[in-house]
Amino acid sequence: MTNRQITFTKISVFFLALVPFSLLLLRAWNNELGANPIEAITDMTGIWTIRFLAITLAITPLRRLTGQVIFIRFRRMLGLFTFFYASLHFLTYVWLDQYFDWPFIVKDIAEHPYIIVGFTTFLILLGMAVTSPRFMVRKIGKNWKRLHRLIYPAAFLASLHFIWLVKSDIREPLLYFVLFTVLMLLRLPSVQQKTPLVSNWFRSVKI
Amino acid sequence: MFIIRSNDIGQNSGISPSEITSQEVFQSRRRFLQGGAALAVGSGLGITSMLATQKVGHAAAKFSNLIKSPFNTDETQTPYKDVTTYNNFYEFGTSKASPAGMAKNFKAEPWAIAVTGEVEKPLTLDMEDILKRYTMEERIYRLRCVEAWSMVVPWVGFPLASLIRDLKPTSKAKYVAFRTLHDPKRMTGQKTSLFGSGLDWPYREGLRMDEAMNPLAILAVGLYGEVLPNQNGAPIRLVVPWKYGFKSIKSIVSIEFIEKQPETTWEKLAPKEYGFYANVNPEVDHPRWSQARERRLGEFRKRKTLMFNGYEEQVAGMYKGLDMKKFF
Repeated sequence: MTNRQITFTKISVFFLALVPFSLLLLRAWNNELGANPIEAITDMTGIWTIRFLAITLAITPLRRLTGQVIFIRFRRMLGLFTFFYASLHFLTYVWLDQYFDWPFIVKDIAEHPYIIVGFTTFLILLGMAVTSPRFMVRKIGKNWKRLHRLIYPAAFLASLHFIWLVKSDIREPLLYFVLFTVLMLLRLPSVQQKTPLVSNWFRSVKI
Repeated sequence: MFIIRSNDIGQNSGISPSEITSQEVFQSRRRFLQGGAALAVGSGLGITSMLATQKVGHAAAKFSNLIKSPFNTDETQTPYKDVTTYNNFYEFGTSKASPAGMAKNFKAEPWAIAVTGEVEKPLTLDMEDILKRYTMEERIYRLRCVEAWSMVVPWVGFPLASLIRDLKPTSKAKYVAFRTLHDPKRMTGQKTSLFGSGLDWPYREGLRMDEAMNPLAILAVGLYGEVLPNQNGAPIRLVVPWKYGFKSIKSIVSIEFIEKQPETTWEKLAPKEYGFYANVNPEVDHPRWSQARERRLGEFRKRKTLMFNGYEEQVAGMYKGLDMKKFF
């Protein structure tokens, strides 16, 4: 890929990542969010946070499996979109759902495990987002990698948050839990040795 | 008396058939009148009120001459569209939007309810007879879900106590147990899969006898003056407004009078989270979330949840001396 092609692809990915947000706005505008719009917004922003977490976490295994280094160029943007949807989700809770009732919010976070877990996930993503610019990477040095490994616990905390808020039908949250587990397993050296070369084929393809 | 299917029962219980319009309702159910235009929609607030302006086509038979109940709330009624598209009815899928679609082809007639247990004579009630026999009332109640949202629904129904009196339970009857239809062919959410809804079918609920006899407890057969839509528990469901919504069991096929407290569906699934009583109580949180406040559908800001969902005056007496933290 030439630099121009990369820039073009990046712009495309950027707008593609905004599609869920645009659909949300469109549905809100058309009053198509159902009987409980705030709940619908909370659910949509939450689920897209988890989906973007999964997409972001898929980049490294994808690079390894395909041998195409180019994927890495999109990782930061996808990570920032994870944070974008997480922020919308958090804002929905604080603003639309609780209407800035801080004493209640503090109590809610302190007393209810699924909210503690969700809030912790948000703080991790926040920490990663503010340290994502290049100058921050340089500034923090070797600890940067350590900090950004927190995405692994963040993924599991996010799926735990999802599992804990469901009343009885845990099929969907379990699906994401399994997906995250697979994405983690693909990172294990022993697993990587056994999946060596799907990449041989991909290497032969010039992207 | 009721049409008797399995057992015999005395001819005359001294109750005369009431003069009501249920007959017409029953017959017209078959005709499926195009009644979509007559949408009685309350002037909702906020975001959802705009939703109500969208065209909703629905066909249902109407009740008329409904008796107004002194228990009616004058709070803004939740629009018909919201009441019928936002449902927790896992027999038709676990999302709130799914019952409206999945229950579309459900046939709620003919319908019979088996009455068993500690009664003078076990029998089978026929839905047609229930509609003919009982004087229907409009009961505008608050409905508070355990998930911390609420609505206001104008139900059509009759006191559960009236039916129980007619059924003549024995002195051994301390509890009433209810069951929903279990028929995975008709209620497709009941089909078994490796990871299903998590619920154990059939759905079961129960009340203490004094709770069942409380004048607030009704069997509902309609809402907004029309025959109960399938997704709301057609053709007949319980409504106990001082308890969380899951107590108000839908599509009832069995009423059993028993001596011991019955096992109930949600309590069995998660006994630490859902109790037998399930009285609305802002002071006792669900282990995972707060019950102090609720979102009334159509409103932006959350409102405070009221003790017994605002029916303290009618029901508090039944729970004197009961530790509500322990018996939640």
